[in-house]
Amino acid sequence: MARYLLIRLMSLGAALVVASGVIFLMIEVTPGDPARFMLGMNAAPETVAALSAQLGLDRPVGLRYLDWITGMLRGDFGLSYTYKVPVAELVADRLALSAPLAALALALSTLIALPAGLYAAARRGRVGDSAVMGLSQLGIAVPNFWFAMLLVLVFALHWRLFPAGGFPGWADPGAGLRVLILPAVALALPQAAILARVLRSALIEELGRDYIRTARAKGASRGRALLRHALRNALIPALTILGMQFSFLLAGAIIIENVFYLPGLGRLIFQAITQRDLIVVESVVMLLVFAVIAVTFLTDLAYAAVDPRLRRRG
Amino acid sequence: MRPALALGAVLSGVALAAALVSFVWTPWDPGAMAISARLQGPSLAHWAGTDHFGRDIASMLMAGARTSLAVALVAVGIGMGVGVPLGLTAAAHRGSWLDELIMRGNDLIFAFPALVIAILITATFGPSATNAILAIGIFNIPVFARVARAGALSLWTLDFIRAARVAGKGRARISAEHILPNIANLLIVQGTIQFSLGILAEAGLSYVGLGAQPPTASWGRMLAEAQTMVTLAPHVALFPGMAIVLSVLGLNLLGDGLRDALDPRLRGRVT
Repeated sequence: MARYLLIRLMSLGAALVVASGVIFLMIEVTPGDPARFMLGMNAAPETVAALSAQLGLDRPVGLRYLDWITGMLRGDFGLSYTYKVPVAELVADRLALSAPLAALALALSTLIALPAGLYAAARRGRVGDSAVMGLSQLGIAVPNFWFAMLLVLVFALHWRLFPAGGFPGWADPGAGLRVLILPAVALALPQAAILARVLRSALIEELGRDYIRTARAKGASRGRALLRHALRNALIPALTILGMQFSFLLAGAIIIENVFYLPGLGRLIFQAITQRDLIVVESVVMLLVFAVIAVTFLTDLAYAAVDPRLRRRG
Repeated sequence: MRPALALGAVLSGVALAAALVSFVWTPWDPGAMAISARLQGPSLAHWAGTDHFGRDIASMLMAGARTSLAVALVAVGIGMGVGVPLGLTAAAHRGSWLDELIMRGNDLIFAFPALVIAILITATFGPSATNAILAIGIFNIPVFARVARAGALSLWTLDFIRAARVAGKGRARISAEHILPNIANLLIVQGTIQFSLGILAEAGLSYVGLGAQPPTASWGRMLAEAQTMVTLAPHVALFPGMAIVLSVLGLNLLGDGLRDALDPRLRGRVT
């Protein structure tokens, strides 16, 4: 296990180095001088040069990359060109919304997918199974931002059960949570559909194995064989999918935040793009990629911990 | 033919037909505004009603189908064109540093969700349909590389491939002449799935303004414009969404159906 862990850690490090290099270079080739942008078109060349020096923009590319990376490791993401505040502060501020939103969506999708997958597997080939599978096909095909618009139309504008958008902050946790319900449902739907399908097929595969036959022969009921034996093994592939879904969830959240006018990381990225606040784009994208790589790494570890065969394969 | 496959074929066919017909005919000019006829509901003159500029929604949907399908198709082409040779090479040199390099590179691309790639590209080069294609296409590369490698690996152990080796054929030639035709089914099925994902991705990118720019019609942007009018005229948001759902659903059913038809052993599995 130690060897496996070491190899995985090394590839994690390499992935982060390459990813940061790619992101840095992409932003580097972007036309436009941030210092000129901050000061406006009429600024004197000396002022622009002074600000460039102050921001460290006149230093060689390699050094600036190192500055950026070591800064990020220390939690210093640089200074936003437009807001003139540390990027880390902006990000922390927005994460207070995006992180609970993603967590809520993940919880919801599991809550929907688990019973749906179990039910479909137990009723394999019958009407109930076909209904769940049909619904999940639909769930995969619906764009989450359109689903979000429909949710707003019905639950916020027509029945006025939930607010249509905006975020009051966490001063009143109840009010904050109420705002996140509709976006979380919109995010969770396609995830739940995919998860339910994976869980169902994993369960069906497990139900065909010998140990299930043995359990049944020893007198375990169908339900017990499904819940106590098959489900445990079927959760392994489901967990992997859940880990992979994380990156889609992040991407989805970026779009959904725009539907509900929620001041999260997604809104921050789009505002930063339109304002050419590239240091914010750079740092937030790096943070997202880091989150995805880290989650993939943790999923791999969890998988290896559960299934020893994978450790040996390296 | 199974009903799901038939339904998938019909839905995909309708989307494709709408896109093709839009080149020569749409009920109205999709870009023509008529403020006096704004936000009308569906009628005989305007089958799907009109939007806030009085443009005919049915015509915009047809022109939008063209954008969606073209973006998704080219993105699949990029993914296949680059990913399949990479996957075949990795499989032909299984276990070597080349295999390792290709597969780790794939993992890296996977770590950038398509939307994040699109954001980076847009931040750098500005929003356009071409950049949306690039973003979705890059994301397709590792998918096809993995499918091609996995399919090819199982073939390399078979006797007819060994025979070709003994006969003196090189790895590249075997990959092209013997492996590729035998994994074509896998690639077609995956291609259908990536095609439908491409339509969803294009819609999402256009919705947030990172995709096709006006005056090019796009389902995603139609939805973005409809958002503020959803209470006044729900149909403006309803029809583009339905167009996306039905096309994606059709392609997914087609992909599943093709997989079952081409390889009965995989019936009922999920990719």
